Amino acid sequence: MRNLFAFIAGGLFGAGLFVSGMTDTSKVQGWLDVFGAWDPTLAFVMGGAMIPMFIAWRLRERRSAPVLGGTFPPTPPQKLDRGLIGGSVMFGMGWGLAGLCPGPSVASLSYGGTGHWVFFAAMIAGMAITPNLRRLLNKAPATA
Amino acid sequence: MEMDWIWGLIGGLLIGTGGAVYLLANGRIMGASGIIGGLVDGTGLAQKWERLAFLAGVVVLPILIYPYYGHVDTHVSDNWAVLIAAGLLVGVGTRVANGCTSGHGVCGIPRLSLRGIAATMVYILAGGVGVVLFRHILGVI
Repeated sequence: MRNLFAFIAGGLFGAGLFVSGMTDTSKVQGWLDVFGAWDPTLAFVMGGAMIPMFIAWRLRERRSAPVLGGTFPPTPPQKLDRGLIGGSVMFGMGWGLAGLCPGPSVASLSYGGTGHWVFFAAMIAGMAITPNLRRLLNKAPATA
Repeated sequence: MEMDWIWGLIGGLLIGTGGAVYLLANGRIMGASGIIGGLVDGTGLAQKWERLAFLAGVVVLPILIYPYYGHVDTHVSDNWAVLIAAGLLVGVGTRVANGCTSGHGVCGIPRLSLRGIAATMVYILAGGVGVVLFRHILGVI
């Protein structure tokens, strides 16, 4: 049952990314490009997505547990750290460079062509080496 | 152009509904980088079938809708160096920041999460700077 609902949630996500045009890299880059031909579509997508999510968080407060059991995600620490900011800078740069972020890169695998697979493979590689990068960075001050 | 905005809004509502289902039914945050990353680095293998089922949905629905569109041009770069650099930045960056557009943006902002709001402001700003730098100054995209 959990897998079925995960599939439904993923399906809604994938369908939404497809029909909104968010797998079109020129629309994403067009939104980020305030000095070019600015394309506001992404703002409509983000705004639209936040409406059901806002309601969902209010509904979450009325429930002690998710419908399918288990526990709700814990409240994350409301602290800004270097990882959050530095990681987001890296992510934003890559997002601007290719016009793809993780969700749309998966949604477009079936029809985007080779370029999408190259990006996807590099993204997976980046995710795979991150634990090692962290270890390396944490070690650096000790050896310096 | 305006039709694109309406489809953007409709798509956004679908995306948000997916996030609402994943939160209220499964009790999980719909963050693409977290769902994928947990499978890649092994930290999320305890829920591997749930994660794979979600990703299967993300892949399969566009396949089902695609025939009604016929052809979709994603305007993706054909420069492999650009794609590899961008993919690495997105892969490492989203894992270090613990989230991407879906987790920090779509889920985090309506939760009024300070981290989600801050991350979204930073990656949009960095994306804007990136496009100006790579397109208008360096001319690589």
